[in-house]
Amino acid sequence: MASIDIRPTTRRRMSVGAWYVVAVGLIALIVFTADWDTMKSQFANGEIAKALWPDIVVIAMWNTIWYTLVSFVVGTVFATLLALMKMSSGPPKWFAIGFIELFRGLPALVTIMACMYVIPIAFNGTKIPGGSVGAGLVALIVVTSAYGSEIIRAGIEAVPKGQREAASSLGMPASTTNLWVVLPQAFRIVLPPLTNEFVTLLKDTSLLYVAGTTIATRELTSFSRSWLTYYGNATPLVLGALCYLIITIPLTYLVSRMEKKFAVKK
Amino acid sequence: MSDLTQDSDAGVIGTGTHLSNLPTVDPSAEPSAEVPVDGSARLSNLPARDTPDPSAPPIRVVNLRKSFGELEVLKGINLTVERREVVCVIGPSGSGKSTLLRSVNMLEPPTSGEVLIEGINMCDPDVNLDLVRARIGMVFQQFNLFPHMTVLRNVTIAQQKVLKRSKAEAERVAAEMLARVGLTEKLDVHPSQLSGGQQQRVAIARSLAMNPDMMLFDEPTSALDPELVGEVLEVMRDLAKSGMTMMVVTHEMGFAREVGTRLIFMDDGVVIEEGDPREVLANPQQARTQSFLSKVL
Ligand SMILES: Nc1ncnc2c1ncn2[C@@H]1O[C@H](COP(=O)(O)OP(=O)(O)OP(=O)(O)O)[C@@H](O)[C@H]1O
Ligand SMILES: [Mg+2]
Repeated sequence: MASIDIRPTTRRRMSVGAWYVVAVGLIALIVFTADWDTMKSQFANGEIAKALWPDIVVIAMWNTIWYTLVSFVVGTVFATLLALMKMSSGPPKWFAIGFIELFRGLPALVTIMACMYVIPIAFNGTKIPGGSVGAGLVALIVVTSAYGSEIIRAGIEAVPKGQREAASSLGMPASTTNLWVVLPQAFRIVLPPLTNEFVTLLKDTSLLYVAGTTIATRELTSFSRSWLTYYGNATPLVLGALCYLIITIPLTYLVSRMEKKFAVKK
Repeated sequence: MSDLTQDSDAGVIGTGTHLSNLPTVDPSAEPSAEVPVDGSARLSNLPARDTPDPSAPPIRVVNLRKSFGELEVLKGINLTVERREVVCVIGPSGSGKSTLLRSVNMLEPPTSGEVLIEGINMCDPDVNLDLVRARIGMVFQQFNLFPHMTVLRNVTIAQQKVLKRSKAEAERVAAEMLARVGLTEKLDVHPSQLSGGQQQRVAIARSLAMNPDMMLFDEPTSALDPELVGEVLEVMRDLAKSGMTMMVVTHEMGFAREVGTRLIFMDDGVVIEEGDPREVLANPQQARTQSFLSKVL
């Protein structure tokens, strides 16, 4: 092939243009081949949407959000403690290693079921307070702390050694150094993987369905699923999906802004 | 996680500046019986160990050895730094200058030998290291400012968390120390927005704000662009003039000659030669000193 002399800007414009052509083609294909009437009644049925309102937001979406927030916040606190324990020595270190390996190795679903059914049997009827939701949340906290601790440990290790040395030389004890110097920097470093963890958790709240949910405790997925079965129509699922995106898309935007802000200060 | 563990020390160092309120001097600073039984209880039992002795030299290093695995980096160093002395340490790269300086405040615990700070044995496991370190300022080649804090916060944080000064008091001291190093503006920016010279001066102010009895400098100007070296050396010169006890690892022979009260030449983990900087630089006695100086001067 003869090499054609194209300026880089022109070439970039051409390749962007090519992608537009592909995208428009795909959309056209869908538009002209789909059965629109069926699609509309099956996926975007106004009647059903009206019936689900406002429960889908005030119950399902709200539950999803607070299950996620509670598990994330409490899980991250424990994750930090586990990370510090794993970086220490002696029994705390062994405990942290055992805990992390165990709960990273198990599927979240199994951990949830263990909290629900195994703990009461193993500990002579001891139940986790808060019923099935309580047990489910404890399980999510355990899973999050196991995964999060490895993320946070990586962050702590990425903070330059000189930071700890400077703090020590000022007479700060290890606990003060961790709290004010190392951890704030570690969290900034691991903000992207921690956000991933949050989004994973957001979706994992759907696993709480195995705990058996009541009308009031349903989160988005179980809510949508039950109405999907009830109506034999996919509209609840589409609305549920939209609700997830309403949470995740602004979150992604917010986090990328935070990253930029930290980058300036760094 | 919290700084609660520091509470017991607060009574000792929190109520004023160093030295003036030692437990023995100021009975009100004695830890009370209710405080948790940890460092404080031990302090009152064995005051001699933790209590600076005003007549002892600020820094005394006795037969100090340090190995990293197989590699012996310090091979028996003996050194005493008296009050108001400015001891400059020179020597080839890898000779152990940084390791020596870092052993003084136990950032690098020695393999054997002793380090005594104002008479306190730093190798004694019962000594509260943090308490002693708060009285030893340290300035690093790479500044090591806290990047996530403003300049002002960099200078106030340890005052508040270690000396338990109030925010207002800490900010007053910080402004004073920053002015002393020539920084009266940009207190609210983050360190990355400062030049290297400004960052190093903030680092010096951060140490000074703790009212240290002595200051350690590890090649404070080596990471700076040549045109910024002067402003940092100027601050150090003023500090020396004010009577600060200083130990300075440096390649700035001009500074050593002018400001130093003693020069130590190290090579391969031992002190080869020491004496008045002007004499050592003009008239080195040892062959290794001569050969080193002929390369750098
Ligand atoms: N943490 C460590 N682990 C292993 N080896 C080390 C460590 N720190 C220093 N060393 C080694 O010890 C020797 C002395 O190092 P040191 O930093 O004290 O030298 P220096 O005189 O300060 O040199 P420079 O002028 O390059 O700063 C070097 O060979 C170095 O590689
Ligand atoms: Mg060095």
